Amino acid sequence: MARFPKPAEGSWTEHHPELGTGPVSYVDAISPEFFELEREAVFKRSWLQVGRLEQLPRNGSFFTKDIAVANTSIVVVRDGDAVRAFHNVCRHRGNKLVWTDFPGRETGGTARQFTCKYHGWRYGLDGGCTFVQQEGEFFGLDKADYGLVPVHCDVWAGFVFVHLGRTPQQSLRDYLGPMVTAIEDYPFDRLTERYGFRAEVPANWKLFMDVLQEQYHAPIVHRNQRPENFDAHQAGFEALHYQIDGPHRMMNTPGIRPWELPDDQIKPSERLLRGGLFGPWDPPARYEATNVEGMRPGGHERVGVALFEIWPNLGIQLWERGWYHTYHHWPTSHDTHVFEWNLYFAPPRNARELVAQEMTAVSLKEFALQDDSLIASVQMTLGSGGLTEFPLGDQEILCRHLHHTAQSWVSAYQQASD
Amino acid sequence: MLPAEFDDLEQFAERWSLRTEAERWAERHASSIEEMREFYDAMFPRVDAALAHCDHFPLDAMPEDARNLLALVLSFVMVSFPVEVWGGPRIPDVGDATLARVFSPVI
Repeated sequence: MARFPKPAEGSWTEHHPELGTGPVSYVDAISPEFFELEREAVFKRSWLQVGRLEQLPRNGSFFTKDIAVANTSIVVVRDGDAVRAFHNVCRHRGNKLVWTDFPGRETGGTARQFTCKYHGWRYGLDGGCTFVQQEGEFFGLDKADYGLVPVHCDVWAGFVFVHLGRTPQQSLRDYLGPMVTAIEDYPFDRLTERYGFRAEVPANWKLFMDVLQEQYHAPIVHRNQRPENFDAHQAGFEALHYQIDGPHRMMNTPGIRPWELPDDQIKPSERLLRGGLFGPWDPPARYEATNVEGMRPGGHERVGVALFEIWPNLGIQLWERGWYHTYHHWPTSHDTHVFEWNLYFAPPRNARELVAQEMTAVSLKEFALQDDSLIASVQMTLGSGGLTEFPLGDQEILCRHLHHTAQSWVSAYQQASD
Repeated sequence: MLPAEFDDLEQFAERWSLRTEAERWAERHASSIEEMREFYDAMFPRVDAALAHCDHFPLDAMPEDARNLLALVLSFVMVSFPVEVWGGPRIPDVGDATLARVFSPVI
């Protein structure tokens, strides 16, 4: 007997007949050929989130983003009121334009202009070429023809997105669609205290997304993170609500409210410091504003967690008590990717609030490392190719939808190229 | 290193008053469970007083000794999982997986 009601069809999965209920192919997680297709079919045809407006506080603020899956680096810069993005490459002889100390690492800061480290060509914040060293040595060169190559760039709810295609098929807003844009009133701009994590993961990017978009695994993988008498294994897991909108997907989970649990089911330090896996117990000032209706599309009055998986590689997870985090999965090959994870809280007003946030950041890392290690194990055995199809349950509908979407986009691209 | 009224914790300060998560993570993995338990047991009853002391100052204008005390509390947070849950410095089944904290508030 389900604890939470399912759609009239009897299951979340059957509510979406295009997903089917049969075993799901995971060839998309092990095939180098599939990965080569994904570069074009997925990552050059999607809006990719590369930063937050808070990283660009003033005129000339910039950051670079290396996007290995598209074989490119971009530089994103604030030029007056505009946010612009360019391929991070000098028009003279192709040197990577903006970097600091290590050419293979990302950087950021504030600049009045960008000067190439190779021959000193300069570019304004609008991308225009403003200076060519020994310009007279060149042959009929007009600087106006040698500005930085622009990349489509737009901002939604303070999230900076780029699109690497020549002409995006949809505006950013249309691409995100109604389910995602319904959370735009969430006060993202007030939650500016950031904790960032990064890992190089020996697994396909979709395998890490799989583990984050289902909680069927949680009572098993994370069982020993709770006191022994907390019988999560017995309780199992059911989500409150799943929703799919085009290539994007979301789920609501009830969450655990540790502040309502008896003492013997809580880590003693968590009670002492009023913070842990489910966030700081005491919400920030004006946190009512974080309870936006869009995070509860199933109409539930109260949800613990709302996870939005925005195609292809961004997760935004909103927590009941006024904080959120984002996931990014940046593929580097068919069986490796870079995982980036950022937690955002209200700026702490005192040491006590800072420590409650630290408790959250530390607890989440303990969990994430368990997931990280586990998917390396999945990749190893999937990679053998001995088994390629797997049964997914109803609580794994978002995994089914992710692989369905990746395979559909690649098929559509192949058909269009034929 | 610590404010005078936290004399009893001074013995832990040199080792555990660490300002960055990377240092605290490394120290945890270089420590035995007995060493961490001793630190945890000494800290637990003093955390409330330590935070009350720190809260006399704005976060961006804390004297050096209070900052050291706050860093000691952050190390208490770091050892809480080994002591309360894992029974050792390592997370079971995590092998050589890493997750680096690359961005943090500065204390």
